[in-house]
Amino acid sequence: MTPGIVTAAYIVSTILFILALGGLSNQETARRGNAYGIAGMILALIATLTGIVTDNHEIVLVALVIGGLVGLLAARKVQMTQMPELVAILHSLVGAAAVLVGYANFMDHGLVISGAAKTIHDIETYLGVLIGAVTFSGSVIAFGKLSGRIGGKPMIFPGRHIFNLGLLLGAIVLGKMFVEQSAAGSGLEALIIMTVIALVFGVHMVMAIGGADMPVVVSMLNSYSGWAAAATGFMLNNDLLIVTGALVGSSGAILSYIMCRAMNRKFFAVIAGGFGTSGGTTVAEAEQGEVIPILAADTAELLLNAREVMIIPGYGMAVAQAQHTVFEITKALRDKGVNVRFGIHPVAGRMPGHMNVLLAEAKVPYDIVFEMDEINEDFPDIDVSVVIGANDIVNPAALEVPDSPIAGMPVLEVWHGKTTVVLKRSMATGYAGVQNPLFFKDNTRMLFGDAKETLDEVLSNLR
Amino acid sequence: MRVGIPKERFAGERRVATTPDVAVQLQKLGYEVGLEQDAGVAANFSNQSYVDAGVQLYSDRQSLYADCDIILKVRAPDELEVDLLRRGQTIVAFFWPAQNPELLATLAKKDVTALSMDSIPRISRAQKMDALSSMANIGGYRAIVEAAQHFGRFFTGQITAAGKIPPAKVMVIGAGVAGLAAIGAAKSMGAIVRAFDTRPEVKEQVESMDAEFLELDYEEDDDGAGEGGYAKVMSKAFIEAEMALFAEQAREVDIIVTTALIPGKPAPRLITAAMVESMKDGSVIVDLAAEQGGNCELTQANEVHHVHGVSIIGYTDLPSRLATQSSQLYATNLRHLLNDMTPEKDGNLLVDFEDEVVRGATITKDGGTTWPPPPPRLSAAQPPAQTATTVEAPVPEKKRSAWGPLIAAVGGTAALLAMGNVAPADFMAHFTVFVLACFVGYMVIWNVTPALHTPLMSVTNAISSIIVIGALLQIDSADTLVMWMAAVAVLITSINIVGGFAVTQRMLRMFQK
Repeated sequence: MTPGIVTAAYIVSTILFILALGGLSNQETARRGNAYGIAGMILALIATLTGIVTDNHEIVLVALVIGGLVGLLAARKVQMTQMPELVAILHSLVGAAAVLVGYANFMDHGLVISGAAKTIHDIETYLGVLIGAVTFSGSVIAFGKLSGRIGGKPMIFPGRHIFNLGLLLGAIVLGKMFVEQSAAGSGLEALIIMTVIALVFGVHMVMAIGGADMPVVVSMLNSYSGWAAAATGFMLNNDLLIVTGALVGSSGAILSYIMCRAMNRKFFAVIAGGFGTSGGTTVAEAEQGEVIPILAADTAELLLNAREVMIIPGYGMAVAQAQHTVFEITKALRDKGVNVRFGIHPVAGRMPGHMNVLLAEAKVPYDIVFEMDEINEDFPDIDVSVVIGANDIVNPAALEVPDSPIAGMPVLEVWHGKTTVVLKRSMATGYAGVQNPLFFKDNTRMLFGDAKETLDEVLSNLR
Repeated sequence: MRVGIPKERFAGERRVATTPDVAVQLQKLGYEVGLEQDAGVAANFSNQSYVDAGVQLYSDRQSLYADCDIILKVRAPDELEVDLLRRGQTIVAFFWPAQNPELLATLAKKDVTALSMDSIPRISRAQKMDALSSMANIGGYRAIVEAAQHFGRFFTGQITAAGKIPPAKVMVIGAGVAGLAAIGAAKSMGAIVRAFDTRPEVKEQVESMDAEFLELDYEEDDDGAGEGGYAKVMSKAFIEAEMALFAEQAREVDIIVTTALIPGKPAPRLITAAMVESMKDGSVIVDLAAEQGGNCELTQANEVHHVHGVSIIGYTDLPSRLATQSSQLYATNLRHLLNDMTPEKDGNLLVDFEDEVVRGATITKDGGTTWPPPPPRLSAAQPPAQTATTVEAPVPEKKRSAWGPLIAAVGGTAALLAMGNVAPADFMAHFTVFVLACFVGYMVIWNVTPALHTPLMSVTNAISSIIVIGALLQIDSADTLVMWMAAVAVLITSINIVGGFAVTQRMLRMFQK
C-alpha cells in the first residue's frame, strides 16, 4: 500500500468516527453509529498494518487477539450498574498507552530532526506523556472510588492547592530541562521524574473529589484521554490521531460542562475538590417538622389510585439493583392505565446518562424516560412522584435557601406534585451534606428500607 | 393498659372513637382494647368487625369504665359518665375547656387525667392529631352536600335540549380547613365558587383550588392572621368594607357557606337579615358557625330555617352526619396521640409535660386543672413575617462583562499568531486540523441526546484507542525495548477497542421503545 492510500484510508476512518458520534444524536441511529465507529477502527488498523508496519506482524496479531479477548470478556461480563467503573478503567488504558507510545517514540532514535521542529516535537512528546500519565493514575483512582475499593469521601490534605501548584511548577521546570537535555541527546531522567509527578498529580486530584462529583470526573478523564491521543498525534505527525483525539477531547469537555451546569458548580471548584466537606455554610436548621412514613402496601394503593406517576431514580436505585423491579412496577401500572414516566436529572448516578442505561437494561422503553428540562413543568399534574435513592437532585433548598451549598442547582421540582413518595434507607443527608426539606413537606411520604426489597413489596401489593 | 371505647350518649351523635382498623394499631402499641356493645353501629362498624380486630366487647357501660384505664370518647362526658370515671383514669375527648369550666373542676376533683382533642396545639408536628381539622374538613364537605339537598337546581351548568342551565354560584366565607373543603366539594360538583377570608395569605390556597378569591377595596397595615393560624377580630373600617362586599355578593350568589370563627369569641355576624332578604328565592345558606351563635343573623342552631324564600341550614352535627368517615379520621387522630404518648410501645401511657403537644392537650392532671397551657414556645410558632421574607430572596444576577470574550478573542488570536511565527509550517498544518476537529467535535457532541451520554463515553473511549496507530508505528523498531513497549501498548489499546465497542453495542441494543 502506498502512503497515499494509507492517508486516504485514514481520511475515511476520520469521517466514520465523526459519523459514529453523530449517530448518537438519537436512539434510532445510535447502533448504526457504533457500526461506523467499528468500521473506522478496522480500516485504520488494516491500513496501518499493511501499509506502514514492516515487521513483527505476528506480535501485533497476538497482542490484538489477547487484548481483544480480554476486552470482549469485560464488555460481556460487566453489570450495567458497574458501567462507570468499566469506563474509568478503560480510560486508564488509553492513558497508559499514551505514556508507552511517548516513551517508545522518545527512545526510538530512528527519527532525525533538529532546531525548532525538534523542540516542538519534544514538547509534544512531553505533553503526551504528561496527559497520559495524569489520565492513567486519575482513572485508576476513579475506578477504585467507583467500585468501592477506595472510600468515596474526598480526601483533603491541608495545603493541597499549594501542593498541586508545586507539582505544576515542577512539571514546567522539568519540561524546560527535558527539552534542553533532549537537544543534547539525553533527557530520559527528566521525562521519568515528570511521569512520576504526573502520576502523583492524577492520584491526588481524584482523591480530593467526592462521590457526587464523579460524573464530572469521569467525563473529565474521558476528555483527557482524548487530549492524550491528540498530543500523541502531534508527536507522530499523524492527523488521524489528532482529529480523533480532538473529537474525544471536546466530547469529554462538553460532558464535563453539562455536568457542572447541572450542579450549578464551577468546573474548577469541582476539580479543586472537597465538595460537601466545606462546612462553613451550615444553614441554621429551622424546625423541620416531622417526616411521615408510609408502608409498601399503602404506597401500592397510592400508585393504583393515581393517573400520572413520575419515577425519579438516583444512585440508590443502582446500588440496590432495583431497576428491574422498577420496570415490573411500571409495567403493572401501565397495564392498569396509569401513565408512568421517568424523570432523569443530568447528574443522577455516577456518570452522564447512567440512569438511562440502567433503565434501558431493565427494558424500560426510552420514550417514557425524560430529561429534567422536559418534564419539570409537568409536576403540578403528577399524582404521585416516586423518588428512588435520590436526594440532592430533588432538594427544594437548592431553589429556596440562597446560602445552601447547593443553591442554584437545577432540581426536579417533585414537591409541586400531589404526593411524593421517597424511598430511602435512612434519614442521612445526600452527598452535599444538606438536609432535604422535601422530606418534611406535608405531601411527602417516606418509605424506608432497601429500595429493592421495598419495591418488591410494593410490586407484590400491586398484583 | 386497657383502652375503653364507650357508646356516645349525646343525642344524635353517631361517631365512635375507634374503628376496627385503628383498634388493631392500638394493640400494636401494646394496649388491650375494650368496646361497649353497639358503640360503632351508628357509624356502620358492626360489633363483629371489632371482635375480629381483637377487641373485647362489654355489654354494659359500668363494667367498661371499671375495667379500662384509658377512655376514648368523641363528646365530653355527661354527668352520668363523669360519675363512672375513677381516680387515676385517663379520658380523651372534645372537652371545649373554655366553655366548660365546671366539668374541668369536677374532673380535677376526681383526680382524672383529661386530654382535650380541641386543645392540641396547632404546630406542624401535631398535624396528624389535629382532630379539629379532620372534623372541619368533613364539615365543609357535608355543608355542600346539605346545600345541594336544599337547593332546587344543578350545581353545574349545562346546555340541554330543554334549555340552558346556568351553574350555581357559591360563596364561601372563611377559607380555613372547612372553607377549603367546601370550596373543593362545590367546585367538583361544577359550581362557580368565590371565597373570602380576612387573611390575605390564604388567597393562594383558594386560587390553587380554582376558586375566585374576593378582595376588599380596603387597606390595613395589619393582616388578619392571629395566633396559631386562626383569624382575629378586625377593625371597624375593615368590617364595614367586608359587609359591603357580602351585601353585593348576596344579591348575586345562590349558596353561601359561612365558616368564620374566632377562637374563644362568639361567631362574627356577617350575613344580616337584609342580606338574606336580598338573596334570590331558593337560595341556601349553610352556617357552620351555628353552634357559636351563627355567622348569619337568622340562623337557628340544629335546624333548617326557611325565611324570605331562603333555606338557612344551622346543623351543628355535620361531621356526625358522615359518621363512618369522621369516626375513622378521629380514631386515627387519637391513635397518633397515643402513639406519641407511648414511647416504649409497651401499652403504658406517659403524660409527659415536656412534650408540647401533650402539655397543650392535657386539661386536668394530678387533681388540678392544667388549662390553659403556658403559651407555646417561640421556636414552634412560625411568625408569619418569616414566611413572607424567606420566599422573596432574589439572587443577584451577575452581570457579564462584554470585555471578557473580547479579551479572550484578542488574546487567543495573538497567541496563535505568535505560535505561527515560531512554529514550522508542518506543525501549523497539523494544528489547523486539530482546531477544526475540535469545532467538529463541539458541533457533533451538542447534538447527542443526554440519554445516550453513557454510550457516548464508552464509544469515545473506544475510538480514542486510535492511539494504537502510534504504537503500530513503532512496533517494527530495531530497538527491542521500544518494540516491546509498543507491543504492550497495542495489547492494552486492543482491550480498549474491543471492550469499548462491544459494551457500547451491548448498551445500545438495550434501548428500545
